[in-house]
Amino acid sequence: MSTQIEQQETESESEQEAESAVESPGDRRRAQKQQRLDEQKQAEREESTLDDEETITLKVFRYDPEVEGKQEPRFDDFVVPFHKGMTILDALIYARDQYDSSLTFRHSCRQAVCGSDALFVNGRQRLGCKTQIAELESPVRIEPLPHQEVVKDLVVDMEHFYDQMEAVEPYFDADELPDDELEEQRQSRENREKVKMSTRCIWCGACMSSCNIAAGDNEYLGPAAINKAYRFAMDEREGADRKQERLRIIEQEHGVWRCQTQFSCTEVCPKDIPLTEHIQELKREAVKNNLKFW
Amino acid sequence: MYEHDVIVVGAGGAGLRAAIAAHEEGADVALVTKLHPVRSHTGAAEGGINAALREGDSWDLHAYDTMKGSDYLGDAPAIDTFAKDAPEEVIQIEHWGMPFSREDDGRVSQRPFGGMSFPRTTYAGAETGHHLLHTMYEQAVKRGIEVYDEWYVTNLAVTDHEDPEDRTCHGCVAYDIKSGEIHGFRAKNGVILATGGLGQAFDHTTNAVANTGDGCAMAYRAGVPMEDMEMIQFHPTTLPSTGVLISEGVRGEGGILYNEDEERFMFEHGYANNDGELASRDVVSRAELTEVNAGRGIEDEYVHLDMRHLGEERILDRLENILHLAEDFEGVDGLDEPMPVKPGQHYAMGGVETDENGETCIEGLYAAGETACVSLHGANRLGGNALPELLVFGARAGHHAAGKDMKVAEIETGPSAKSEDGAVEPPVAPGAVDAGSDDVVADGGAAATPKGVVKGTVEEERQRVEELLEADGINHAEVRADVQETMTQRVNVFREEDGLKQALREIKDARREYGNVAVADPSRTYNTDLIHTIETRNILDVAEAITIGALAREEFRGAHWRAEHQERKDDEWIKHTMLAWNDGEPELYYKPVVLEGDEETYEPKERSY
Repeated sequence: MSTQIEQQETESESEQEAESAVESPGDRRRAQKQQRLDEQKQAEREESTLDDEETITLKVFRYDPEVEGKQEPRFDDFVVPFHKGMTILDALIYARDQYDSSLTFRHSCRQAVCGSDALFVNGRQRLGCKTQIAELESPVRIEPLPHQEVVKDLVVDMEHFYDQMEAVEPYFDADELPDDELEEQRQSRENREKVKMSTRCIWCGACMSSCNIAAGDNEYLGPAAINKAYRFAMDEREGADRKQERLRIIEQEHGVWRCQTQFSCTEVCPKDIPLTEHIQELKREAVKNNLKFW
Repeated sequence: MYEHDVIVVGAGGAGLRAAIAAHEEGADVALVTKLHPVRSHTGAAEGGINAALREGDSWDLHAYDTMKGSDYLGDAPAIDTFAKDAPEEVIQIEHWGMPFSREDDGRVSQRPFGGMSFPRTTYAGAETGHHLLHTMYEQAVKRGIEVYDEWYVTNLAVTDHEDPEDRTCHGCVAYDIKSGEIHGFRAKNGVILATGGLGQAFDHTTNAVANTGDGCAMAYRAGVPMEDMEMIQFHPTTLPSTGVLISEGVRGEGGILYNEDEERFMFEHGYANNDGELASRDVVSRAELTEVNAGRGIEDEYVHLDMRHLGEERILDRLENILHLAEDFEGVDGLDEPMPVKPGQHYAMGGVETDENGETCIEGLYAAGETACVSLHGANRLGGNALPELLVFGARAGHHAAGKDMKVAEIETGPSAKSEDGAVEPPVAPGAVDAGSDDVVADGGAAATPKGVVKGTVEEERQRVEELLEADGINHAEVRADVQETMTQRVNVFREEDGLKQALREIKDARREYGNVAVADPSRTYNTDLIHTIETRNILDVAEAITIGALAREEFRGAHWRAEHQERKDDEWIKHTMLAWNDGEPELYYKPVVLEGDEETYEPKERSY
């Protein structure tokens, strides 16, 4: 019985794989490019306004618990000179360095890998450094990530996000290692490919902020942490026992079963990680796992 | 006051590796970092990690390539140690789960990189640093290592003995960015500086905004010399608009550089007739700028890097991240068009002088990674050698600081390693800022107990921050922008005597301006204005050191090109430029390069590719 079900699961999984094979990273990339081109055209159509003024107006959320006059949250307008290729981060830096040095936001690498400048821009979670202003409707409304406590201006408290990440025991734990300390563990190309997208997470918190479930359930592990669990659960170099343990963690009350497949995390992920799909796959793994033991 | 056995400042690759090593020795270790660890700039490294892992390769070949790449300004004991330890370190992170790219047989992939005689660069796509950083942070979490994230270390607590070699480091002072509180951190065994690069001294850089040379400047002001600061690496392939890095992996996989006339100039104009695009980085950077200066650049600014012929499958397999970067930051589809590239500041070969155990001339003070100069890279770092450096020397610093008995270091540090005085007469007297804190030497004061040293330094820092918050003055951003522009204009790939002297005058002006700087934001909560203002002071110190070193070194070696001195002068210049700040003024001197290695003494040869 259990064997049968396992087979079925395997089949459906390979179908799943076939599906995702059709949508290769190249396809995704091309689709995105097309979308960007469309948006660019749209922006060009609207560019007459930009050309006339060659400025862009930012409406930026401001709040500082300590400074009188900033304790009531408000929006400040900054009018900054626009240039082609300008990103949200460029505009914020300009506003800070030229107009108001107290304007506060996190940023560091400027190339979408440090994950520190996730913001809520025109109603959507985005990384400031890789978001072109030309693609957005003006004025551009910039707010801190929703559903997280605001520390000051655009800076949110990330502690809860980090706690959830750490709750899934986010570290590699191999059963056994090669005896020779100069010999690596073998990993098939297929397996590396399977976990590849999950390893790209930059901990920016955009997914968690976009998730309705996480907003209503503070204990929900959330898409980033579950994706982290996926990254290890699917790694063939960890043994069966460890995988059991990992499935136990994500199966808890506030784990994978809370996900209602709304795809908002997947939509906002700046690294194109198929978060919802990873959560679903862990649900399937969990079911398989339980069936085996009944 | 917080107390730990070992305090690691900075939690990028070197800091995490050091912390894990210290923890392995049983030390109570803490990471104090102005960013959360996963935000560190190690995550932006793309290309790979060199280590001799395969048959046909060996540590001494790796060492030889590294010495040749350094243009004979590397120290053999550092290079030998590095090449010997690298394989074990790389396999170690593989055992920690690092998702390396794989061969069909399941072993880690390796690819060719510039200046390497064997394809010994292991990698994880074109996002090797991201995976390395996250893998190591995961291991730090696994071990329960304490992390003070978003805490900015602003000063070291060092005793005030006259001779730096008699001083001891007892800890540091850090500023809790979220609350604005300043606290002392006492380190019973040692402090390890792992604060990364200093790219923010330049305005076109691949470095993160956080890379402001903090560790280097703090150690310098505490009395540790900075070594070979003039040796700045310019990476030949950065995106013109932002400085975002396009990995050497593109050329490693077969990418080709073209000028405006669509000539493959590396060969057609004879810059590197054997290795072409895979010549070392200094050679390729100069070739590109020479093309631009000769009017063969595109839009008079950049050249083209073409990878279209590699085919979509290979590009997606090995360089996918590059497609995203070119598209997001330059609007170019690397599958359909060549990518625009130009040289940008990328890496500081110089830094805090350390020996091969990571220790500086001040007892209890260590440095590792880009902020340190153990003198591994000499005058030019080879691609793929930075990540193994932070593993090897991060680990050694961690072990040593936690009390492990290490072999006596062969590389001497401190004034006693001095061989001769520097001859350069800077056109202006460089030094401390005119107003404010010029009491920069041995910040700890004459306190009787280690705790007293830390406490005294905390008081000084509180006062300094108070002053910055209360005074009225100019915005640091102006000063920072001036220095960055000066450095990019005058202390870049091509350097001329007059330009360097002018740069020193401009840095002096910026210092004077900095004397009037103040923080406009009065808040104690997450005051980035304050953080950036303190950082700018560090940028001034490292920019000045780079420029003084560049003016003093009257030869052409590795990344350091001088208009007036178009040859490598081995008789005179196989020596390290040292800059120490002791009596409130920089002292320039030299120390010999160690060419005597374990197996052989390296004979300087002409470097051709």
